[in-house]
Amino acid sequence: MSIRKHVMSVTVRDKPGVLVRIAGLFARRGFNIESLAVAASGQEGISRTTFVVTGDDQQIDQVHKQLEKLIDILNVTDHTEAPYVERELMLIKVKVVTPEDRVEIRQIAQDFRARIVDAHREALIFEVTGGEDKIEAFIGQMRTFGILELIRSGRVALTRSAADPRMQLELSDEEVAA
Amino acid sequence: MNGSEVIMRALEREGVEVIFGHPGGAIMPTYDAIYDSPIQHVLVRHEQAGAHMADAYYRASGRVGVCFATSGPGATNLVTGLATAMMDSSAVVAITGNVAQSLIGTDAFQEADVYGITLPVTKHNYLVKNVNDLPKVIHEAFYIAASGRPGPVLIDIPKDVQVAQFTGDFDDIAIDLPGYNPKIKVKAEQVSQAAKAIREAKRPVMIVGGGAQTSSQQVIDFASKTNVPVITTLMGIGAFPAGDANCLGMPGMHGTVTANRAISNCDLIIGAGLRFDDRVTGKLERFAPKATIVHIDIDPAEISKLVYAHVPVMGDLRDVLPLLGAELDKLAIDDWWKQLNEWKTNYPERYKTEKPLVSQEVIEMFRNLTGGDCVVTTEVGQHQMFAARLFPTNKPRSFVTSGGLGTMGFGLPAAVGAAFARRGSTEPVICVAGDGSVQMNIQELATIYRHRNELPPIIIAICNNGMLGMVRQWQEMFFAQRYSEVYLADSNPDFAKLAEAYGLDGYNIFDRETAAKLIPEVLAKGKPAVMNFVVYESEKVFPMIPSGAGLDEMIVGDQEVDEAIEALVSA
Repeated sequence: MSIRKHVMSVTVRDKPGVLVRIAGLFARRGFNIESLAVAASGQEGISRTTFVVTGDDQQIDQVHKQLEKLIDILNVTDHTEAPYVERELMLIKVKVVTPEDRVEIRQIAQDFRARIVDAHREALIFEVTGGEDKIEAFIGQMRTFGILELIRSGRVALTRSAADPRMQLELSDEEVAA
Repeated sequence: MNGSEVIMRALEREGVEVIFGHPGGAIMPTYDAIYDSPIQHVLVRHEQAGAHMADAYYRASGRVGVCFATSGPGATNLVTGLATAMMDSSAVVAITGNVAQSLIGTDAFQEADVYGITLPVTKHNYLVKNVNDLPKVIHEAFYIAASGRPGPVLIDIPKDVQVAQFTGDFDDIAIDLPGYNPKIKVKAEQVSQAAKAIREAKRPVMIVGGGAQTSSQQVIDFASKTNVPVITTLMGIGAFPAGDANCLGMPGMHGTVTANRAISNCDLIIGAGLRFDDRVTGKLERFAPKATIVHIDIDPAEISKLVYAHVPVMGDLRDVLPLLGAELDKLAIDDWWKQLNEWKTNYPERYKTEKPLVSQEVIEMFRNLTGGDCVVTTEVGQHQMFAARLFPTNKPRSFVTSGGLGTMGFGLPAAVGAAFARRGSTEPVICVAGDGSVQMNIQELATIYRHRNELPPIIIAICNNGMLGMVRQWQEMFFAQRYSEVYLADSNPDFAKLAEAYGLDGYNIFDRETAAKLIPEVLAKGKPAVMNFVVYESEKVFPMIPSGAGLDEMIVGDQEVDEAIEALVSA
C-alpha cells in the first residue's frame, strides 16, 4: 500500500466544539495531519474544513469513515480521488539588505505573481497564493535573501467540475499562471 | 415549567422508568423536579457505579439506560462508566449538571469541562445553553444512543438552564440530524457476493460479537439453516446458545481450543457484529491466514479497520442475516464438522480439583444449578475468563461484562443495573467477581440492600484467591515470578462480615463440600447475598495465547507453558 498525501475536506454544521471533535479524533486515532484550515462554506450554518493527511489506503479509509461517524459532520470528500483545485495563502516577510536585493526580490516576486502588501526599507511582505509547489518554490527563492517571518493558511481545496463554467475559468487561469 | 421540569417530562416521554444517579449542587434543581416525577430514582453511592448500572440496564434489556450526576467531580466520576459503555457499544444517556453559564470558564466551585472531557468517550455529547433546546436535545440523545451502533450520549446542563422558564414548544422534537444516517440499506450485491463465498467454502466459521445481541434469533436461524459452526466472542456470549451443538465457544486469548483452531484452519470467516479486537485475533499477521473474510457490520468504520474484509456487507444483522440465509442451503461441510467435533472431544474444559477449591468449579456449580437461565455479570480478571467459558448464558442480553475497556468495578453495579432491567423475573443475577475488582465498587452493596425486595436476587460470587489473579498469572509466566503488588489477602476484609454490615447475607466458604451445600441453599432463598469463595491462589487461566502471539500458538495447559515461553523468548 502506498503512503501518500491526501487533501480532504469536510462540511460540518456550525455547532460549538465541532472543530474540537475533528481535532480530537485525529489526535486520538493517531492520524497524521499536516495542515488544517477552517472557513465558512457559503451556506449558512455550515463550515468547511480542509486538511492534508498522510497515510496508506487503509489509514485514509479509516480517516474517512471515522469522520463520517461524527454526528455534526455532513460530508467527507477526499479530493485526491478526483481532479481538484487547491490553494494556499502565504504571507512572507523578506529581509532587504541592498538596493540590488530589492530589485532582484521584486523581480522574482513578479514571476511568482506575489503581491507586495507591505514595503519597508529593510523588509518586504509578500502575499503569495497557489498550490504547495509554488509556495515551496517561492520560500526556496527567498531563503537566499533571508526570511524574517512567514505564515501559511493551510491548504483549501475544491473538486473540479467540468459542468461548472467557473471551474473552467479557474483551470485556464491556472494554465496561464503555469 | 422550568428547565428541570422539562428534563423530567422529556425523560418520561422517552419511556424512562429508572434513573441511576447521585445529586449535588449543580443538579439540585433537577433533583427537585425528580421529587414530583413518576420516574424511579436509584441513589447510587458513587457516580461511576451509576454509569455502570445504566450501561448494564441497557445491555440486559435493550432499553436506554439513564444516569445523573452533578458537575465537576460527579461528572468526572462518570467518565470510566461512559468509556466502558462506548467500548462495548451500550446505549446510555448521561445527564450532568454544570455551574451556571455566567460561571463557566471561571474555575468556579465544582466546575469541570465535562463537555470537553467526555468528547472522546461518548458517541455524541451536548452542552445545552438555551432552556428551549432541552426537549429536542433529549429526544436526539435517546435517538443517537440507541440507533445504529449504540453508544453513550452525555447532556451537560448548566444550572441556570435548569431553572430558566421554558417558553418553547415541548412537542417540537423532529429529528434534525442531516449528518447522521444510522439506517443502512443493505446492498443486494454485497449479500450475493457473501453467499457465493460461503457456498464455495469448505471450512467456514461464523464469529458473532456484541452486535449480535440484538439479532440472536437471526443468528440461530442462520446457523440452523446452514449448519455453520458458530464462535461467540466475549461480547457475543448468549447471542447464540452455548449449549447448541453448533457452538464452538469463545475465541481469542483465553478462548477454547476448538474455536481458535477453527479460526486458524478455516477457509472463510463470517464476522457478524464484531470488531476483531486484539484479544480476539491475537497477532494479526497470523490470524486466519487461509480465510476469506466476510464482515457484516452496522458500523462501516469497523470494516477493514484491523482485518481486511474481502467481502464487506454493511448493515444491521437483523436485515442482513435473513437475506443471506435465503440465498444459502445447508452447507456440505461434513469433513470440517468431523474435524471440529474431534477437537471438541479432545479438548473439553478441564481443570484440576485435587488441589484446594478452584474458581472454575465454583462457577460450574452455579452453571449447573441455574442451567444458564440467569443473568451473569462479571468483574474483570481471571474469574471473568472462567465465567466466559464455564458460565455462558443461554439467552442474549444475559452475559454482561466489560469486554472492550476491561473495567474492574463493573460487575457489582452491573448486577444492580441488570436486576432493574429484569424486574419481575425470578431468575437470579449472578455477579462473578474477584476479590480485587469487587472492592472497586463495593459501596453499592448499600444499593442492593435498599432495593432487595423489588429486584431479582443478586448473588455476588467472589472467587477470592487473595491476589490480583490475572496480573499474578502474567507475572508468573512473563515476569520471572516477580509478584509485584498483586497480594491482597493480608488486608482483604472479611467479606461475609462486610455483607452483614450492609444488611445482606454473607458467607465465607473454604472448601468444595461447603460450596456444594451452600450454593443451592442460597439460590433457593431468593435473597441477595455475598458468597466469598476462598480459592487456590496460583490457579491460571488456560488455554492462553500470550500477548503478541498468534491464535495458532496457543498454550493449552500448564505442561506447555515452559515450552511456549521458551519459544517466545527465542523468537
